[in-house]
Amino acid sequence: MSTAQTETGSPKRRLGDLVFANLTLAAGVLILIALAGVAIFLTVEGAPALGAGSSDLSGHSNFLTYVAPLVFGTLLAALIALLIALPLSLGVALAVSHFAPRRVAVLIGYVVDLLAAVPSVVYGLWGILVLGPRLIPVYAWLSAHASWIPFFGGTPSNTGRTILTASIVLAIMIIPIITAITREIFSQTPRLNEEAALALGATRWEMVRLAVLPYGRSGIVSAAMLGLGRALGETMAVALVLSASGVVTFHLISSTNPSTIAANIALTFADASGVQRNALIASGLVLFLITFVVNFSARAIVARYEPGSK
Amino acid sequence: MAKSIDVSDLNIYYGDFLAVENVNMTITARSVTALIGPSGCGKSTFLRTLNRMHEVIPGARVQGKVLVDGQSLYDPQVDPVEVRRMVGMVFQRPNPFPTMSIYENVLAGLRLNNKRLSKSDADTVVERSLQGANLWTEVKDRLNKPGMGLSGGQQQRLCIARAIAVEPQVLLMDEPCSALDPISTSAVEDLIHELKEQYTIVIVTHNMQQAARVSEDTAFFNLSAAGKPGRLVEMNPTKKIFSVPDEEATEAYISGRFG
Repeated sequence: MSTAQTETGSPKRRLGDLVFANLTLAAGVLILIALAGVAIFLTVEGAPALGAGSSDLSGHSNFLTYVAPLVFGTLLAALIALLIALPLSLGVALAVSHFAPRRVAVLIGYVVDLLAAVPSVVYGLWGILVLGPRLIPVYAWLSAHASWIPFFGGTPSNTGRTILTASIVLAIMIIPIITAITREIFSQTPRLNEEAALALGATRWEMVRLAVLPYGRSGIVSAAMLGLGRALGETMAVALVLSASGVVTFHLISSTNPSTIAANIALTFADASGVQRNALIASGLVLFLITFVVNFSARAIVARYEPGSK
Repeated sequence: MAKSIDVSDLNIYYGDFLAVENVNMTITARSVTALIGPSGCGKSTFLRTLNRMHEVIPGARVQGKVLVDGQSLYDPQVDPVEVRRMVGMVFQRPNPFPTMSIYENVLAGLRLNNKRLSKSDADTVVERSLQGANLWTEVKDRLNKPGMGLSGGQQQRLCIARAIAVEPQVLLMDEPCSALDPISTSAVEDLIHELKEQYTIVIVTHNMQQAARVSEDTAFFNLSAAGKPGRLVEMNPTKKIFSVPDEEATEAYISGRFG
C-alpha cells in the first residue's frame, strides 16, 4: 500500500450504474412508503374505535375488551396450526432432502409445492364440507373419553366447525411454506459436515441430528415464523370453517369457539357501518402489529442462531 | 488394536464408470502408508473404500475384497456404520461440528455409540484424545467454546482428536494438511509420527516431501490416460520409492517430470 491518498468513490459515474442504483433504491423506498401508508391508514381509520361504546362493539364496553378475545382466538388458532404443521413439515423436508429415493423425493416436493398453490377458499370449503363432518365422531369420542384434558372439555361440537378443525386446515395451508424453506436449507447442509458425522459411524438419522438439524436451526425458526405469520393473517379458510361465538376458551372441540381477527373482519365488515367499521379497522391494526412482532422476534432469533455468532 | 488391511482385485465404480481398477495392496499394521499421485487418479476414492464412505455417493459401488485383519468389509452381513466406527477418517478440510463446543466435538463419536458416559469418564476421554492430538495445552482452558473458533490447524487436530476418541483400529487421512499453513502442517505431521505407535494410518497427500517424511510405505496411483480408470502403479517402502522406484512412471512423477 502506498501512502498516497486513495480516492473513495469513482470519479467517473457510469450511466448504467446510476440508473440501476436509483431503480433499486426507488423499489426499496416504495415498499417502505406502502408499509407506512398501510400503518397510517389503519391508525387514522381505527382511532375513533377507541372512544366507541357498547352499541358499536357488539356488546363490549370498550375496544380492548372487544379485541382481546379476537386476539386470543387468532393466536390460539395459529399456534395450534404451527404445532401440527412444524413436525410434519420437518418430516417431509427431511424425507425429500435426505431419506427418500430421488424420484419419490422429487414427486413429494412437487405435490407439497402444489398444496401452496391451492386458493384458501378451497381449503375453507374442504374444511367445512369434508374435514369437519368427519371429525364430529372423533370430537364426540374425545369428549367422552378425554375430557379430563382441559383442551377437550365443554360440549362437543355437532357440526365439526371448531377451532381445532380450523387449525388443522390452517396447518395444511402452512405446511408447504415451512416445508419449502426447510427443505432448501436442509439440502444445503455442507457435505463436509454430513461426512464428518457418517465417518464417525453415524446412522442416517444420527447424521441428520449431528449435522443437518444444527445447520438448519435458524432456517427452521424463520420458516416456522413465516408459517405462523401466514396462519395469523389467514382469512377465508377460518371464516368459512369456524363457527365462532367470540368467547375466550381453551376448549378446542366445543360448540362455542373464539373467533379470529381476520375472520371477524371478513364476516362482519359488509354489514358494519360508522364506528363499527372503525373498530374493525382498529382490530386490523392490532393484527398488523402482531405479525410485525412475530416477524421481528423471528429475525432476532435467527440472528442469534446465525453460524459464527455467539 | 491396530490392524492390517489387505486389498485384492478391487474395482471401484461411480455408476457405470470404472474409476479405479484392479488394486492389490497390503497395508501393514502400526505404520503409515502414503497414497500419492496426480489429481483425479483415484487415491481419495480408494481411501474412501477402506471405511465404506465411498458408497455414501449415490451410484458408487465396489467389486473385490477389502480385508481388515481377515474380516471382509464388504461382506453382506457387515454394517457400514460398524465399519466406520472401526476405521476413523480425517478429511481434507477441517470439519468440526459447527454448533458444538470443543468438548462436545471430541465426544461426538462416543455419544453415537450410545454409551452413557459419566462426567468423569467423559473428561478423561476428552483430555486423552486432545492430548493424543497435541491440542490439549492450547484448548484446555476453553473446552466449552465452539470448535469453529479455533484456527484451521487447531480445527484439524480437533478433528483428529474426535477420530481417535472412539479408539479406531485404522485412521484414514485424506490430504489432512492441504488447507493448513506450514506450522500447522508440521504439528499434524509430528502427530502422525506419534499416532502410528497405536494406529494403522493411511494418508493421501499431494505433498511428496510429506509422504517422504511421514510414511513407511508409499503407493503411487496414476491414470493410464485421460478418461481411463486410475490404477495402482507401484507400492514399495517409501525409501525405495523416493530413490530407486521400480517403475519409470513413478520416477517421472516424483522427480517432477509428470507423464
